Amino acid sequence: MNGLETSKNLTVSKKERKSKISKNSSLWWMYLPALLAVSFFIIYPFLNGLKISFTNWNGFSQSYDYVGFKQYTRMLTDPDTWLVVKNTLIYGIGSTVFQNIIGLLYALLLNQSIRFKALTRTIVYLPVIISPLIMGYIWYFFFAFNGGALNDVLVLFGLEKINALGNPDLNIWIIVFVNTYQFVGIAMIIFLAGLQSIGRDFYEAAQIDGATPFQQFKNITLPLLMPSITINMVINIIGGLKLFDVIISLTGGGPGNASQSMSTFMYDLYFLRQDAGYAATQGVLMAVIILILSLAALIYFKRQEVEA
Amino acid sequence: MNYMKKSSKRVLTGLAVFIMLFHLIPFYILITTSLKPKGDFSSKWVFPSNLNFQNFSDAWVEANLGTSLFNSAIITFFAALLLIIIGSTAAYPLARRQTKLNKFIFTLFIAIMVIPPLTALVPLYQLVVDIGMMNTRTVAVLNNVASFMPLTIFLYSGFIKSTIPKELEEAAKIDGASTLGIFFRIVFPLLKPVTASILIISCVFIWNDFQFAIFFLQDKEVQTFTVALSTFFGENTNNLNFVAAAAIMAMMPMVILFLFLQKYFIRGLASGSVKG
Repeated sequence: MNGLETSKNLTVSKKERKSKISKNSSLWWMYLPALLAVSFFIIYPFLNGLKISFTNWNGFSQSYDYVGFKQYTRMLTDPDTWLVVKNTLIYGIGSTVFQNIIGLLYALLLNQSIRFKALTRTIVYLPVIISPLIMGYIWYFFFAFNGGALNDVLVLFGLEKINALGNPDLNIWIIVFVNTYQFVGIAMIIFLAGLQSIGRDFYEAAQIDGATPFQQFKNITLPLLMPSITINMVINIIGGLKLFDVIISLTGGGPGNASQSMSTFMYDLYFLRQDAGYAATQGVLMAVIILILSLAALIYFKRQEVEA
Repeated sequence: MNYMKKSSKRVLTGLAVFIMLFHLIPFYILITTSLKPKGDFSSKWVFPSNLNFQNFSDAWVEANLGTSLFNSAIITFFAALLLIIIGSTAAYPLARRQTKLNKFIFTLFIAIMVIPPLTALVPLYQLVVDIGMMNTRTVAVLNNVASFMPLTIFLYSGFIKSTIPKELEEAAKIDGASTLGIFFRIVFPLLKPVTASILIISCVFIWNDFQFAIFFLQDKEVQTFTVALSTFFGENTNNLNFVAAAAIMAMMPMVILFLFLQKYFIRGLASGSVKG
């Protein structure tokens, strides 16, 4: 904020040199390399993607036609679009809800002075650093129809084997589960940091007033954890909506399109179905959905923080 | 909340042990699977009676792990290095000179964080083909640098604004030091804590990257371990013991690093996500 005032004073007091000073004082050459990198790899391709979404380009040919909003009407009437959007929302919102609830419970437990708390924290956190692709394979060994660890247990108890990854009603939730398992450690750490910043005197005062542990949790812990909840919500929603690797390794998006997310669907459209124009249109929809949801989460929880 | 009776403490400790065991299940299954020869149909829960390390030596060669782990290491190293140099230099004026232009550029960098990578990847693919950079490690390095740049700038500029005293730079300026000299000799050394966080976040994600690599690195000579592993899985769906051995070897470098530098990993990833 100080920098803002100084540069304002400068520009006001020396109006005639205003443009020159603000140009030099921006030191724009220092961020030029960074700006060039994101322009080439993100901004230009993104804008180009908007253009491609109005064409019937197949992804490799030199010629293509502009087709107006045809890809957009196709997208809106394509039942696959809504299936994939629904899956993506389940991945995004489902993972967010589970990671926050379980992450909070873990943090509350490990915030107590009990044995093994450091070791438990390490073990819960470990999957965060492992590639999501590998994490998918690891759980594949657990859920696989033939020779999976889950079916070994079911057979042992004389039950029917289940084809968990091939069942479209079930495999979506297995993907949510694996994503939650992998990243619940981040939510836990953020909640632990939040819990440790709450002063003990709040609880002492509440105990004098005779508040039950549940009342203390509801009226002290939860409101004061709102900043941690906001952060967790936003990063988990964005991460969940972009889910890609773990779907590839667990189900490959199948059976059919049953467990595709928008990311894997776009990948299929572009590489397997040579439908680049349509892939770009789906990309625009994905960007819009991520933008709306992350903004909504941010605004909603920021407001909660102020009220709390 | 920290006052409890002994008995309830015992229950909570039991709960922690249960959570630990639950989280270790997939790793246990991974290890038993990797140690059994092909065609061993015993339950995945049963630990093999005689250890079989054949899967490991075979998978190392067949899955192209030597080359691909080396590629991942090279790409991660150079991407992280460039990210730190370019990102910190870029953050300095954005934190210190709040001109209209700089405020706009800063907002632009932040807005980029919301763009899903795949939305840009489809058009980028053609661009990379056109400039003849398909299947080069360079394009993987630069693409990772670009995609982590917004977060890097955000973290650096937040740190510079909140913790680096301006007086230091002003004193150096009076001595006639150049802007770049002031930055690298005086400011950059003070950025160590945030540099450590950024290094850890970016190295973990770049090392584990699959989404970019699968687009740009298909050749065996340049592919990263994630691409190699996904190919290997596709070829060996009927020999999961083989895949398990490859998966263990591929995740080991990062796991070992994590166990040694745990404190920094947890602090780094948490502080990065707190601000990001």
